[in-house]
Amino acid sequence: MASHGIKDRVAIVAMGCTPFAEQWDKGLDDLIVEAATECFADSRATKDDVDAYWLGTAQGGMSGITLARPLQIDNKPVTRVENYCTTGSEALRAAAYAVASGAYDVAMAVGVEKVKDSGYQGLNAQNPPMDGTQRTLTAAAMFSMVAPAYAKKYGVDPDTMADVLAEIAIKNHYNGARNPRAQFRREVTKETVMKSPRVAGQLGVFDCAGVADGAAAAIVVRAEDAHRYTDSPLYIKALSFAAGSGAGLGDPEYDYTHFPECEAAAIDAYAQAGITDPVAELAMAEVHDCFTPTELVLMEDLGFAERGTAWQAVLDGRFKLDGDLPINPDGGLKSFGHPVGASGLRMIFEAWLQLRGQATPERQLTTTKTKALTHNLGGYPGEMVSFVSVLGTELD
Amino acid sequence: MRGIITAAGYVPYRRLETKDVSAFFGSGGGRSTRSVASHDEDTTTMGVEAARRALRDGIAVSSLRFATPTPAYVDKNNASTVHAALRLPSSVGAYDVGGSLRSWTGALLGALDGSGQGLVVVADVRDGLPTSADESGCGDAAAAVVVGEGTDDAPVIAELIGRSAATDEFLDRWRTPGDTRSRVWEERFGETRYVTMAAQAFAGVLADAGIEADAVDRLLIAGMHPRAVKAAGAKLSGGRDVLADHVTPAIGQTGGAHPLLLLAAALEEAGPDETIVLLNLADGADAFAFRTTDAIAATSPVDTIADQIATGATLPYAKFLSWRGSVTVEPPRRPAPDRVSSSAAWRNEDWKFGFVASKDPATGAISMPPTRVSRETGAVDEMVAVEMADVLGTVVTFTIDRMAYSPSPPIVFAVVDFDGGGRFPVELTDVDAGDVAIGDRVAMTFRRLFTADGIHDYFWKGRPIRSATSTEEA
Repeated sequence: MASHGIKDRVAIVAMGCTPFAEQWDKGLDDLIVEAATECFADSRATKDDVDAYWLGTAQGGMSGITLARPLQIDNKPVTRVENYCTTGSEALRAAAYAVASGAYDVAMAVGVEKVKDSGYQGLNAQNPPMDGTQRTLTAAAMFSMVAPAYAKKYGVDPDTMADVLAEIAIKNHYNGARNPRAQFRREVTKETVMKSPRVAGQLGVFDCAGVADGAAAAIVVRAEDAHRYTDSPLYIKALSFAAGSGAGLGDPEYDYTHFPECEAAAIDAYAQAGITDPVAELAMAEVHDCFTPTELVLMEDLGFAERGTAWQAVLDGRFKLDGDLPINPDGGLKSFGHPVGASGLRMIFEAWLQLRGQATPERQLTTTKTKALTHNLGGYPGEMVSFVSVLGTELD
Repeated sequence: MRGIITAAGYVPYRRLETKDVSAFFGSGGGRSTRSVASHDEDTTTMGVEAARRALRDGIAVSSLRFATPTPAYVDKNNASTVHAALRLPSSVGAYDVGGSLRSWTGALLGALDGSGQGLVVVADVRDGLPTSADESGCGDAAAAVVVGEGTDDAPVIAELIGRSAATDEFLDRWRTPGDTRSRVWEERFGETRYVTMAAQAFAGVLADAGIEADAVDRLLIAGMHPRAVKAAGAKLSGGRDVLADHVTPAIGQTGGAHPLLLLAAALEEAGPDETIVLLNLADGADAFAFRTTDAIAATSPVDTIADQIATGATLPYAKFLSWRGSVTVEPPRRPAPDRVSSSAAWRNEDWKFGFVASKDPATGAISMPPTRVSRETGAVDEMVAVEMADVLGTVVTFTIDRMAYSPSPPIVFAVVDFDGGGRFPVELTDVDAGDVAIGDRVAMTFRRLFTADGIHDYFWKGRPIRSATSTEEA
């Protein structure tokens, strides 16, 4: 039993990402075409070079044909994958492993979600026929139980806790305001965040991720072939994945102040990448800030802060653009938006831009560090899937 | 001699102050209170709750009869749902009885005349148009009795000593299938008929029991014609103080549930050697005479009808109207739930209807819903079933979901740790959003979550324990 990883064996050589927005005038196929077209334009690879495709979409369509039809791909291996909100990351993981195995030379991962056609706010799962005993709670309600549990465990008074969560929203909106592809490009004040209507528990509208349509894409090749396709590849240092058994929901030991699946995925990813001090070694991290308390807890699960201290680190501004470790420099789910199947690849797209110096100047990080982390989760506290990648511009 | 072995009632938590009706409409209402079934209750779920209380001592039954004029389903047998929630053996027959206000009588007689120990469950949800007399004067409730010969462990507490019937065809109150409101003929005709029939049935039951009227200690009169009930009481009591009824003024006339609810309430109070006559006025009159036995002194009812009446909480009239479907309020903008799969529900009957979890014999860990594989040892199919419906729990944390679909938003949702092990995140009911706290004690209750494509989704919720003498001390 081992998780060996594929450090420095596979490189990302091209990426594309549509703006994430309420794209009433674009369908699923349009989003796919636009992300893929930008991706091909970004590299010397052409559609004919791609040997195999993985499409990540949670609810956009069934089977690989959902990708093959809009891109007009004939008789190639095209596979649709789904793994809750980590769907986009899973598409990349499959494509990278396919190339690392030697089965293919060039593989492409595309993630897409057309959320805004449902006619409902938020995300809505389509479930198979069931026995009617399942929870019908929103994700917001499940995650809303994290904040009071965390505050109680670590003795953070309610007003301070509200400040901490507001700071996370303010930071991500600040970053998103500097990103032309983000859904919400407006800074927000503490007052706006705190006075927003409650959705679930103490969580207000501004504690929740944006819901947007969008797509993102990446092309991967073996590391030794990378420079055939681009002058500045991004090498995959680690791809880890952990699925919980759902036992947390029924485990009296579980206290809603941490996500064991995320911690497990981070430990595995750091081992694969050889990272021992993430804050010192990472230039930035994109994390799954579906709700503000989620980002708070992730700072500890991913080892960016000691247990019980992330709230203070947030107040100290350590995760801002100019902090020790900038978190969600692109605005995160909070302000970039969350088209489920695309989000994992969108996170990697920000690492792609930042590490290669291509982010818009207002948010471009100035750092000599060469590695970035993305973290993507799906599900709920107690019943979660989690993905972590580490990417870098240099071969170790 | 056959008789009552155990009896219990169920009164839903909510109350309507009927003065709120006239405050809202400028007419109608009254000065009384009535019980109101929650938006997630129907006659089936309330019947389950009454039967759970009647069977609390682990009394076995060989038949189940469920009588209600307001069934959750027709064609489909509601008694089967009650049977599933009570975890009765498959060999126990379960039957719905009729749809009239008199049907319960047939159910009770069938059980009394039969063999073995029969469970009779009655329930009713009484509707009426806004401002109507029925809306204010009626209530919602359920009751359950077990009848039989009795055993050493479960003796008869009230022997049946007489009975009589007086049947007459006359139209006083009627409702066509599909209607939620009843219609009534002018009062005086019904009053005249009912008082006559009541006297006939009363004389019949005294003769059958071989007793005189002055031997009656408690005279319980139920009926949906208030004037007739009052007049019959005045006539048959002979001016003696035998008509004490603390139930009807507090919760209203609960229709098909009322006779057995009154009987159960009387048995909660009665001592040995009391003679109780139960008289019901519905398209004629039926009368039963019981005499309590020494065994009744040894019973100590928990979660009594008196307790349940005392712990009710007021429901705003506008909420009542929306729960009853008189007013449709804007739902959360989320998709309505899909209908339940019949085959999936059947496969998971023990969990869905019985709230039966699995326990890992290796570790003692309880899984809700049940699992086949041990988390610790990986052993497959070595779990043991563990019944959780009567296990109490404590709120570990909770949240209010303002966006999720619910027939009555917002959803109050809590993570509950059960006494003796096991945790389950569950919706709370009979609670206001601002009225829940970490550490609250909860009991499980059988409810209807929603209805889709005409299919009711039954499952369990948690309800706060409020009464000092309720299940907490059981």
